[in-house]
Amino acid sequence: MRASKDAIAPCSSERDGSKTLTETPLFLVTLRLADDALILGHRLSEWCGHAPVLEEELALANLGLDLIGQARSLYTHAGAIEGAGRDEDGLAYLRRENEYRNVLLVEQPNGDFAATMVRQLIYSAFMHPFHRAMASSKDATLAGIAAKAEKEMAYHVRHSAEWVIRLGDGTEESHRRAQDALDALWPYAGELFEVDAPMRAAIEAGLVPDPESLRATFDATMTEALAEATLTLPKLGSFQTGGRAGRHTEHMGFLLAQLQYMQRTYPNAAW
Amino acid sequence: MYTQALNVKDEGPALVDAERDAAFQARIDRDEKIEPNDWMPEKYRRTLVRQISQHAHSEIVGMLPEGNWITRAPSLKRKAALLAKVQDEGGHGLYLYSAAETLGTSREELNDQLLTGKAKYSSIFNYPTLTWADIGMVGWLVDGAAIMNQIPLCRTSYGPYARAMIRICKEESFHQRQGYEIVMTLARGNADQKAMAQDALNRWWWPALMMFGPPDAESLHTDQNMAWRIKRFSNDDLRQKFVDATVPQGHHIGLEFPDKDLKFNEATGHWEFGAIDWSEFKRVLAGEGPCNRQRLAQRNKAHDEGAWVREAALAHAEKRAARRMMQAAE
Ligand SMILES: [Fe+2]
Ligand SMILES: [Fe+2]
Ligand SMILES: [Fe+2]
Repeated sequence: MRASKDAIAPCSSERDGSKTLTETPLFLVTLRLADDALILGHRLSEWCGHAPVLEEELALANLGLDLIGQARSLYTHAGAIEGAGRDEDGLAYLRRENEYRNVLLVEQPNGDFAATMVRQLIYSAFMHPFHRAMASSKDATLAGIAAKAEKEMAYHVRHSAEWVIRLGDGTEESHRRAQDALDALWPYAGELFEVDAPMRAAIEAGLVPDPESLRATFDATMTEALAEATLTLPKLGSFQTGGRAGRHTEHMGFLLAQLQYMQRTYPNAAW
Repeated sequence: MYTQALNVKDEGPALVDAERDAAFQARIDRDEKIEPNDWMPEKYRRTLVRQISQHAHSEIVGMLPEGNWITRAPSLKRKAALLAKVQDEGGHGLYLYSAAETLGTSREELNDQLLTGKAKYSSIFNYPTLTWADIGMVGWLVDGAAIMNQIPLCRTSYGPYARAMIRICKEESFHQRQGYEIVMTLARGNADQKAMAQDALNRWWWPALMMFGPPDAESLHTDQNMAWRIKRFSNDDLRQKFVDATVPQGHHIGLEFPDKDLKFNEATGHWEFGAIDWSEFKRVLAGEGPCNRQRLAQRNKAHDEGAWVREAALAHAEKRAARRMMQAAE
């Protein structure tokens, strides 16, 4: 289990057994943000050719492109911090499943259009204020990435909230689907707020915001959208967790099988 | 080119108003643009709706073979570029449907014709994308062939169509260069990558040549469409232009074309090529290409599975409007 390693900072992770790399808090938080963005961007790109209307085909691609763009900047930054010669593709494509640090929410399958929009709302309701706050990070590169991402995530909140409202308020069927999606995905919302030791160190160093400070904004966004959508949050005893430590859901391996297919089949080629 | 089925005879009623028709032709001859509210012969309208909607359908169906590789693109840069490219094609579909709507046929109606198999789209999208190199080939050859036809259409007589084509051509040229760059990277890569590129060229070359439609000798009369400036060059002329432009590009990166008869004619300055297997073209047009059923099934599935979403959006819009009325009344 990787979880114990994350309990102390800095911690090490062996990539191929031959070399030991140091995961500083800055590296780790950057990598986690990159993984979140990549995996969700990848999921959104799976919609291509399957969207319910042509306009939404274009909108889903926009959301996916924003996230893949954010992931590229973040991976490049993480690679530079690490200083071990891994570029954006080395990090994005050539790790094992338990080395990906994304939250479980983003790897959840697209499901129906309601599930995709609920997932997007939960993620962006958190990431929009996160990036807004990270725009004043002590790390200049993270601050720059966040300043751009904040504007993008504002659109993600708007677009997904509008759809959740339409679906919740629309027809009996769309209401049922939207509520089912919320029931299925809400258990993955709590992980966004998780703070472990390296994250705490990064917060204290002024690199990233404390998720707790974003809770009021997140709650307000969700409450407002769900009220208008006539949807209700499920009552939960606890949230699902594990992604930040590399323990994923059963869906992740299949996603990686596609994502990594070319890089694994043709190692060391330039594309 | 995306409008092959134009080579089908128009069975509709013939022209009825010789005087108006002559005045209309005179406008076209003066290079005036025809706009949506202008009078136009019914056959001109029908032909345009058919041509523009075929083009739109080709953009939409064309998203499928390329979309097939977005989740498996070999690098983040390629993944983002491919997603953006496929998104552009969707955008092209959208402008073209809008241009067709200015002629009085709704997008729903056109979409229905596609889903029921009544409308045609380019035969090329009924071929499978089997390897990453196919993504390069689609950009280099398919977008490359499409722009041969589309650049002249930027000056076509119908204003909204011409304007849509100007915007689309800029993006298609970018796609063509991007596709060629993918192929070039493979051709200059390791042995596996070179083999992948060559295999893809072997599979895509002949279908790309078929995109221009049947040879002029067998084409149904296109004189009327030429006079209306809906079609501006013959199939064979465009095909030759494409071969002349593309063959040196392939040779430049060390690829071989799967045509033993391909040779440069010093006297004419053109590349001569071997006989095209038109029976294959006919099979694909008749619905028996490798992916015809799959493509149509996928469009239908997306449409059917999206029905509840479209209904919900409509229901919500109606409820909202009703709530606003209530509030206004209070
Ligand atoms: Fe296009
Ligand atoms: Fe195209
Ligand atoms: Fe294109």
